[in-house]
Amino acid sequence: MTKEMTERETEKILEVCLLAGRIMMEGGAETYRVEDTMTRIAASYGIKETHSFVTPTGIIVSLQGDNPTRLVRINSRTTDLEKVAQVNQISRKIAAGELSVQEAHQSLIQLEESHLLFPISYQILAAALVSGSFLIMFKGVWTDFLPAMIAGGLGYSGLLLIQHYTRVKFFAEFFASLIIGLVALAMVTIGFGMELDKIIIGSVMPLVPGLLITNAVRDLMVGHFVSGLSKGAEALFTAFAIGAGVAVVFL
Amino acid sequence: MLYLLSQLGFSFIAAAGFGVLFNAPRRALIHCGTVGMIGWIFYIILADAGVDPVVASFVGSFMVALVGHIMAKRFRMPMIIFSVAGIIPLVPGGLAYNTMRQIAENDYLAAIPLAAKAFMISGAIAMGLVFAEVIMQVVMNIIKRASNNVKREVS
Repeated sequence: MTKEMTERETEKILEVCLLAGRIMMEGGAETYRVEDTMTRIAASYGIKETHSFVTPTGIIVSLQGDNPTRLVRINSRTTDLEKVAQVNQISRKIAAGELSVQEAHQSLIQLEESHLLFPISYQILAAALVSGSFLIMFKGVWTDFLPAMIAGGLGYSGLLLIQHYTRVKFFAEFFASLIIGLVALAMVTIGFGMELDKIIIGSVMPLVPGLLITNAVRDLMVGHFVSGLSKGAEALFTAFAIGAGVAVVFL
Repeated sequence: MLYLLSQLGFSFIAAAGFGVLFNAPRRALIHCGTVGMIGWIFYIILADAGVDPVVASFVGSFMVALVGHIMAKRFRMPMIIFSVAGIIPLVPGGLAYNTMRQIAENDYLAAIPLAAKAFMISGAIAMGLVFAEVIMQVVMNIIKRASNNVKREVS
């Protein structure tokens, strides 16, 4: 009887670990942080040895004892730092002994289902502001501030719109940068904008896979080669999609 | 002077804006902006002084990661929240764009040095991140050991 109970208990702990890991990975956390968090959660529930293998497309966890090893698949990867922060807080609470396995599982499920993103209008406004700011930071002329904001805002709205209809991320990125290129070209042609290059560079910035590039190199440096290479491939693909979209305008 | 002020202001807005795009926790947005501003100002001053952009990027990302770590400790949030938005301005977006443009125009010979430079700069950014992390770890260990020694002496 007791053996069965502990088996079910470890099963539940394993589930909590996997769920926490998946939410973090989908939110864009670093590989080592995901592994670290899962090990800590397991340790707080009294399981001393945990082995995990985290990649951007799947997580494999094995707890000490004779429970089966489990695997979860990660399908979508976005950047949602709020969720990463919340899982972090939950794991802190677990470590402090404030949450039982059941409660932790509940709060993680709640977190997974919650929608914490900023409203779309805020996101588009932020993208427009970022585009304009980068134009100035890259030493563009002040009169190009507004054109860059318009091109960046329109491009980002295009990205969100197409991402809503298709799951092929690269197509959405290609299309967004195509919009940016066309809008920028149109504005320069009618004389509203001055420097085409600077406007495009500024407004493309919200799409640039900066997080992926640095995370990839960072993972490679600390020895997570599988994660590093796959993140690098994703970043390269994204950069290529953006470049191709802009390049179409020049052809 | 106006130039520096505008760089400060706009890098703050850009980094905070990226905080919104990456859905950072609302109460961390201002910190995101601050981190980005600190990293960018180190980069731009060095780059304008004629320092190689690779070195300038390294220093910028080192500062971003250092401040990010301190804020992460202070506010008990994952460090990635503060560093990501701050790193973005340093990412060689313009270079990558120029590389792609040269490739699109079939000028591969002009594209290769640009691509190499972009790769070197992203490498420098990652180096800055890792170096800051290692230094923080060493410093934290020293502080921990020192406070343990103090405790031992008191008891």
